[in-house]
Amino acid sequence: MADDTEKLWWIDREGLQKLIDYLAKQGHDIVGPRIDQGAIVYDSIRRVDELPRGWTDDSQPGVYRLQPRSDQEHFGFNVGPHSWKKYLFPPLTEVMRSRRTSDGWTMQAPDVESPRYAFLGVRACELAAIAVQDQVFVNGQTQDPLYQLRRSQLFIIAVNCTQAAATCFCTSMGTGPECEKGFDLALTEIENGFLLAIGSEAGRKAADAIPKRIALSDESQSGQQRRHRAREQITRKLDTDGIRDRLLARLDHPHWDDVASRCLSCANCTLVCPTCFCHSVDEVHHLTDDEIVRNRRWDSCFNVDFSHVAGGSVRDTTRARYRQWLTHKLATWIDQFGTSGCVGCGRCIAWCPVGIDLTQEVATLCGGNAP
Amino acid sequence: MTKRKPKVAVVKFASCDGCQLTLLDAEDELLLLAESLHIAHFAEASSRLEPGPYDVTLVEGSITTHEDRERLLRLRGESRYLVTIGACATAGGVQALRNFADHDDFLRAVYAHPEYIHSLATSTPIADHVKVDFELRGCPIDKHQLIEVILSLIAGHRPRTSSECVCQPCKRRGTVCVVVAQGKACLGPVTQAGCGSICPAYDRGCYGCFGPSRDPNVRAWSDGILDGKSDPGHLANLLSNFNVAAPAFAQESQRLWQITGRIPEQLPGKVTDGR
Repeated sequence: MADDTEKLWWIDREGLQKLIDYLAKQGHDIVGPRIDQGAIVYDSIRRVDELPRGWTDDSQPGVYRLQPRSDQEHFGFNVGPHSWKKYLFPPLTEVMRSRRTSDGWTMQAPDVESPRYAFLGVRACELAAIAVQDQVFVNGQTQDPLYQLRRSQLFIIAVNCTQAAATCFCTSMGTGPECEKGFDLALTEIENGFLLAIGSEAGRKAADAIPKRIALSDESQSGQQRRHRAREQITRKLDTDGIRDRLLARLDHPHWDDVASRCLSCANCTLVCPTCFCHSVDEVHHLTDDEIVRNRRWDSCFNVDFSHVAGGSVRDTTRARYRQWLTHKLATWIDQFGTSGCVGCGRCIAWCPVGIDLTQEVATLCGGNAP
Repeated sequence: MTKRKPKVAVVKFASCDGCQLTLLDAEDELLLLAESLHIAHFAEASSRLEPGPYDVTLVEGSITTHEDRERLLRLRGESRYLVTIGACATAGGVQALRNFADHDDFLRAVYAHPEYIHSLATSTPIADHVKVDFELRGCPIDKHQLIEVILSLIAGHRPRTSSECVCQPCKRRGTVCVVVAQGKACLGPVTQAGCGSICPAYDRGCYGCFGPSRDPNVRAWSDGILDGKSDPGHLANLLSNFNVAAPAFAQESQRLWQITGRIPEQLPGKVTDGR
């Protein structure tokens, strides 16, 4: 393995199809980018020609548009409305079922079963996001069995960005744009095909099963230039130097009120965020009153009810909720999990219906001395 | 909890009957429901109408006549729990458009002999007249929420209906935001969930059938959408639907109408008094 991981291989479009076929034969459900509902979303994929070839996305604060490219690239876009968390941490999961029997109530956890996923097209910021959620669901004090199973069976084909969106700021968060770790295979799209790097033993086995050759030096160079181009295109910045202390010193800053006057508290930012993991647990009882299902579903700190405790809601204003989200994501997350909760993907900026931009809010909050 | 079946009445005021039909539409659950409830008064379903008192009264429709107001007051006296179902009963319904115009103009435009019509100048929600124990939103209401409310009342706990906005079920079902990706005006971010976020999944903006979400920032919503060059009249129309008289929607629609200059009416007292 050591030898292979050093090498850079070249495959063509057919090779990529062979890779998909191999993974399918190994029992994987392949999910990757495809066009649906006017956007590039993640969904099941079996053929290379289902990829958004010849399309790109333009992301601005509060605006996302699909646009045709002048070329026929397969991965010539950045990140869209979906993130991989919908597979690893599904929006709705049954966690327990209780049944009334003649001996009283019985409680039963569902059998943990799952498709074996293979993700195609995971960007560097998204690899970082998966690593952040690993900290939350697997590496902490408690382990989530469903996440753990899905994660352990996961095969990741990463894709290096060769361009950047106006909303990207992975360079500020130290998460990209190059894919460095956390993948089985990594692709860089070049003019005549894809450069292929191997990142794991499972990746090596998959690479062995498909036709490939060593990349020529001008091919490697082209890949390097393209990855460099993505880095050059990133203009958005978030100053992370001492950000934890700077934000926590500004909990009473008047600018929180300014954000609250624009914020809809609609929770879109948290639901598109690839690291936000908040959820609630509901019990649904059956009409016959002898069965109760306990479900876990995506929730958000932007909901008033989310912080409801005896006596009322702890965060009953938008100001309090926005402040909680931003300071958790960028400051107290570090205390809790050892890393920032933000990977710089820019989804919360693009998918905010009113275009609130956390990089700008942080710049305003942290500019100057703490009030 | 005694084993006596709770006695239920379903009563309507000014409304289209769609919400009470939701109970009949609960086809899979109806027989089981009928086993645990005694449906004593439900004119839509049976002409056998039993007198009160009732354990649970489901009230559809808004108050638009003096007679209805009197009937509602009597009904409240006969009901242990009074639950409103639907946008008419909780916000006045689409017929509350009259609250923002001249009632007599409408009477003259619609009826050949307006002198026979004795209706109130406003259409108002049930809670403007009597104490309401629970308000179920929607135009029409959602069957699953209705069943949850009925079961909760039988079991003796507060119904678990979420106060989140339409965006959240949208995201859970994987719907791509129609505001961001298509520039469509959508009331989702300021509308209470409950419908299952149906419209955006079919490429349309939310119409706000379930009324304002909790503590909605409707002004920021329209500012944000107007920034995307939407027509203020279009947004005002969107707000002036089934929940036109819900205070959060009414306040913003009146502001937007004033921007367009098309309906420069003053707000009726009912809407501005911060009910």
